[in-house]
Parts: sequence; structure tokens; C-alpha cells
Amino acid sequence: MKLSRLSLLCAGLLLAGIAHAADADHIHASHAWIRVLPGALPAGAYVTLENDSGAPIALRGAGSTIYADVMLHQSSTAGGVSRMSMVDSLDVPAHGKAALAPAGYHFMLMQPKQPVKPGDTVTLTLQFADGSTLATDFIARPANALDAGDTHADHAMPGMDHGLMSHDH
Amino acid sequence: MKPRHWPRPALLLLLLAISLLLGGCQRGEPLPFRLTNITGHMPDLDFRLTDDNGKAVTGADYRGKVVLLYFGYTHCPDVCPLTLAQLHVVMQRLGPLADGARILFVSVDPARDTPSIMHAYVNAFDPRAVGLVGDARAVEALSKRYRSAFTREPGDADGNYEVSHSSAIYVFDREGHARVLATPSASHDDLVHDLHLLLDNGADR
Repeated sequence: MKLSRLSLLCAGLLLAGIAHAADADHIHASHAWIRVLPGALPAGAYVTLENDSGAPIALRGAGSTIYADVMLHQSSTAGGVSRMSMVDSLDVPAHGKAALAPAGYHFMLMQPKQPVKPGDTVTLTLQFADGSTLATDFIARPANALDAGDTHADHAMPGMDHGLMSHDH
Repeated sequence: MKPRHWPRPALLLLLLAISLLLGGCQRGEPLPFRLTNITGHMPDLDFRLTDDNGKAVTGADYRGKVVLLYFGYTHCPDVCPLTLAQLHVVMQRLGPLADGARILFVSVDPARDTPSIMHAYVNAFDPRAVGLVGDARAVEALSKRYRSAFTREPGDADGNYEVSHSSAIYVFDREGHARVLATPSASHDDLVHDLHLLLDNGADR
């Protein structure tokens, strides 16, 4: 019967949703770091996300016990003017990557409840559109760092177009 | 075989004379900058602001130094710190020559950026960086002088706001003449190259 098949499908989807609710099993985070600025100034957080599933997964935001407010932002430069805007979500493509990287997508971390110093590790819980989460350790780096410090520094200044990198399989 | 019109020594002399002439002309020739050469297209460095030690300063106080002028604000978590971090790397690559240069970071957020906040901020990036603040009118005058602009965006309920601002880096020679325009996407190599030209040479051309 058509109806029961549909309800079965719904139940299945619901179960799948519940199974996913705890951990974002298909997302792997790397190069997670925070650029620490003096005092209580807002800091930028960066991470590379890899999706090993066959469906895109949308990053919606992140939560933190250290920072009162975490926002997903995007920097852009158009006509020689830099601006920042809030974004609702960032798709991590199926079998692809999305990077939160300087001059592109980033988390803006505001109002630290305690001082964060270079060398500290701060856990941010990444939140995805399907309700899943991923607790990720971010390394706090000095203000003048260019990356997470785990890769060889890129000598070219990062461009504005590397926010989203997808590759086909 | 045709006879030679010029015996070899005379030819060499002629070549030498030409190269000397060209060499002489070179003094008036533009320096071979890799980034956008703005020599003669932008006014000399001039402003009245307050530095991050709370001291009143003018553009003339930085004569004798090659100046990298950049507009931004401390509540900018991404592009401003990235640009200053890039400039720090460039300064490091210049080695001891970098002492002849200053990064002037001018705040486009007079409401929040005080000299002491700016002091902590610029020193987190590079010892040769100077933070400059001023009232909105003074900062606007400097910004307009270099055909740059900034706009305070509408804030949220908590009073947080962003400032959209010019992303350019203006480079001035030791005499305060505007010479090179760099964007944050310029390569370190090109910026190091152009700063070498300005730091190696005097301020006379």
C-alpha cells in the first residue's frame, strides 16, 4: 500500500536522523585554529571540514563554553573594500571539503569568559543542519600566525576564493 | 664581404656611450615596481592623528621611513589581522632593513579603538607597527586623501557592529611620496621586492 510504504520511509528517515543526531560521523575536521587577539577582542576561528558521505552536509554554526557568542561569518573583498557578513550555513560537499580559512569563511568568537592564550586548546562544538555535532579542538595561535602551524606556511597571500573547495570523485 | 663602417674599438666605445646615457636616464626612470606604481598619482603622506602611545603625530614624523599605510579596526577578527600578519612576514623577510620601514595601522573605528587598545593590538603583530587613532573627521580626511572609504555597518542588539573598509596597503617612500599600492592578495615576494627598491635606494627618486 502506498501510504504504509511512505510512512515506512518516513520512519526510516527519522531513524537515520536520530542515528546522526549525536555525532557527525561523516565529517572530519583538521587544521583547526584560533587567531588570538589581545584583550577581549573578537577572534577568528578556522577549520577544514571533509565530508566522506555521498550527500552534502551543511555547517550551521558552533557552540563554545569559553566564548559567549560564536557566529559563522564570511569576509569578502569587492571593489577594494573589505566587509564581513553573517552566513546561515556553509555546505560541505559530498566527498568534498570546505575550508574556513583567513579572508573567507570563519567563526567569529566573541566575549571570552576567560583569557585565551596562544598554545591553549579551545573546544568548539560544530553544529550541522542535520542536527549532528562534532566537538573539535582548536589550537590558539598568536595574532600574527598565518595558519594552524601544522603545515608549511604558504608564501602567497591567501586569495579570496578558497572558501569552498570541492573535488569530484 | 662589405667593409665594416665601424672598427671594433669604435663600436665598443659607442655601445659604452649609449649604455652610459641610458644609465644616466635611469635616475629619472621609474623604479621597476612589481605592484601597482602610484608615483605621482596620490598625494604625499599627511595627517594629524594620535599614535598608540597617546602622542600627537603628523605625516612628517614618519619622514625618513618607508611607510606602509593600512586602514582597519581592532574588532575585525579576520581580514585586518590577516593583513597585519602578512605584513609582519614581509617585514621579517626584509631582515634588518625593516627597521627603515613602519606599518601605520589607522583605525576606522574611532568609537571603540583607543590608543591603549591599538598599542596592544599592533604589538601583537610587529614591533615596527604603529597604531593611529583620531576623531572621525581626521580619519575620514586621511581616508579620502587616498580615495579610500569606510562605512560603519548597522549593529546588532548588543551594540556590536562591523566596519567595511578599504583593503589597500599604500606604500610611501622615505620622503613621504606615495609610490606603490598593494592589495592583501599581493604576493609576499612582490611586496618584499618593492620594499627593497624603496629601502635600498635613498628617498631622492
